[in-house]
Amino acid sequence: MGRYVIRRLLQMIPVFIGATFLIFVMVYALGDPVAAFFGDRAPDPATAAQIRHQYGLDKPLWHQYLDYMGNIFTGDFGTAFNGQPVTELMKSAFPVTLRLTLVAIFFEIVIGITFGVITGMRRGRPIDTSVLLMTLVVISIPVFVLGYVLQYVIAVQWGIGEPSVSPEAPLNELILPGIVLALVSLAYVTRLTRTSIAENTRADYVRTAVAKGLPRRRVILRHLLRNSLIPVITFIGTDIGGLMGGAIVTERIFNIQGVGYQLYQGILRHNSATVVGFVTILVIVFLLANLLVDLLYAVLDPRIRYA
Amino acid sequence: MTSLITQVEQDPPDPQGVLLDVRNLHVEFRTRDGVAKAVNGVDYTVSAGETLAVLGESGSGKSVTAQAIMGILDSPPGFVTQGEIVFQGQDLLTMGKEDRRRVRGERMAMIFQDALSSLNPVLSVGEQLGEMFTVHRGMSRKDAKVKAIELMERVRIPAAKQRVGDFPHQFSGGMRQRIMIAMAMALEPDLIIADEPTTALDVTVQAQVMELLAELQRELHMGLILITHDLGVVADVADKIAVMYAGRIVETSPVHEIYRKPAHPYTKGLLRSIPRLDQKGQELYAIKGLPPNLLHIPAGCAFNPRCPMAQDICRTDVPPLYEVSETRASACHFWTETIGE
Repeated sequence: MGRYVIRRLLQMIPVFIGATFLIFVMVYALGDPVAAFFGDRAPDPATAAQIRHQYGLDKPLWHQYLDYMGNIFTGDFGTAFNGQPVTELMKSAFPVTLRLTLVAIFFEIVIGITFGVITGMRRGRPIDTSVLLMTLVVISIPVFVLGYVLQYVIAVQWGIGEPSVSPEAPLNELILPGIVLALVSLAYVTRLTRTSIAENTRADYVRTAVAKGLPRRRVILRHLLRNSLIPVITFIGTDIGGLMGGAIVTERIFNIQGVGYQLYQGILRHNSATVVGFVTILVIVFLLANLLVDLLYAVLDPRIRYA
Repeated sequence: MTSLITQVEQDPPDPQGVLLDVRNLHVEFRTRDGVAKAVNGVDYTVSAGETLAVLGESGSGKSVTAQAIMGILDSPPGFVTQGEIVFQGQDLLTMGKEDRRRVRGERMAMIFQDALSSLNPVLSVGEQLGEMFTVHRGMSRKDAKVKAIELMERVRIPAAKQRVGDFPHQFSGGMRQRIMIAMAMALEPDLIIADEPTTALDVTVQAQVMELLAELQRELHMGLILITHDLGVVADVADKIAVMYAGRIVETSPVHEIYRKPAHPYTKGLLRSIPRLDQKGQELYAIKGLPPNLLHIPAGCAFNPRCPMAQDICRTDVPPLYEVSETRASACHFWTETIGE
């Protein structure tokens, strides 16, 4: 087990290098950061050249990349367009997005699994059909449409919650954005749980549990659910990374100053330090979440052993 | 011709001793393609300490009958449409759900065919055994674990103490089936239904598992319903046999007589299709044709399309269970000819 974890952590190194390089190239391809810095006005060529030299932007791409990587290992993620160090932006942005993600995951687990179990147990009944229809609607409507509609109806018209989240982003203000962020994944979790439950209700070991005279509740929770949740947990785990990155749209809608907000600004200004830094952290979070899921998998299913 | 054992068997069954009395049981499965009549009027009784072997091909309704008795029929699509299942004087079919649940595990238990898929893959065997005590007896988990180890020792699983935390996939097939047996025995029920308990095992292990089952049955004086299609297994352990075909009992008999003088052409066919050493080199006999489609059971005797003795009456009239002797019955219009041949 320990060996397996170490191997997996080592595997992250090439992924880390590859990912950062790719993003670096992509941001470079976006165009001239100095021009973007000045917005619509054309900069004075001499000033522009000076800035380029100051930030090492006149060096070849590979050299810039090496410089950047060298700095990362000293804890220097570069400077954002507004002059703040990127690390400082991270310190303020990641906790906000993390909170938002946790709120979203919470709804995904509680609502998604509950609906999944209910519909999986009552296949073909009205509740099953209506929940399935709802998941279909949620999956097919773009997030920003759902987001703005919910923001307007719930927060503005009904006055429940805040349409706009303050910079500190306390948990109670994140409930509505959390639901919006969770919606699509929630629909998938519902469907996945339903399928998995439906598949397992006819399993032999469930029949055995019934034949043992166990109460229905125990049969479902201890025997059926425990087995059915294995694929669901895999999905939720991999979704952590997806949610953090995918929060961009939700963060824009509710004006949350998290990772999405900073990334958006970074891309707008062609600021490679911000974009590469944030995305790199997202990649690492994603990889760690995946590792965690794989380890959890072995805990949930004892037939799986890592060596 | 009568040994002491057969004489004892031929005594009329003591009504006090009857543990389970299945009367005119009908089960059907309402599927999209139509109604499959899986069980069509089954009667049998099991007394305490007695072993009834239920014999038949796949789809003959032997397992479905057992599931109806246990109350674990997949419903829908399966429904009991008629009949009574009287267990220790109570009709299980009119019982409330919660009372019925308490009967399961406590007073009757079932052993399934494939122990690997019938045991929960993600719970340790200790948890699965101990669960019987925590749920039915309200024991603490610690005490239940001690009980689980005792049970494992009782079914002779080596190093039970060390293995109680292991998972089903870590045991061999024979050991897994022992765990299934231990689970069924846990609360010392009065009736055990074993649905092809040895089919998934290899021959030497089969004998050990059957021996263990028979031994525990004697010890606890339980009734045992042994569902099987293996006539070899039956001869050693069963007291009486019920042969099923297309959801009906076609012949019932004390075990030894049926081997000597089958009273139904189907039983006769089954016995002829057992491979025998003295027939080495000869082609093995097989009953021609296929088991009937339960959606369209043939009119008259369900076996008539495959029966070498079928006459016109077999195609029109369903044969009742004719009394062959005090302890035997056959559902064949021509049982006298069959038995006399």
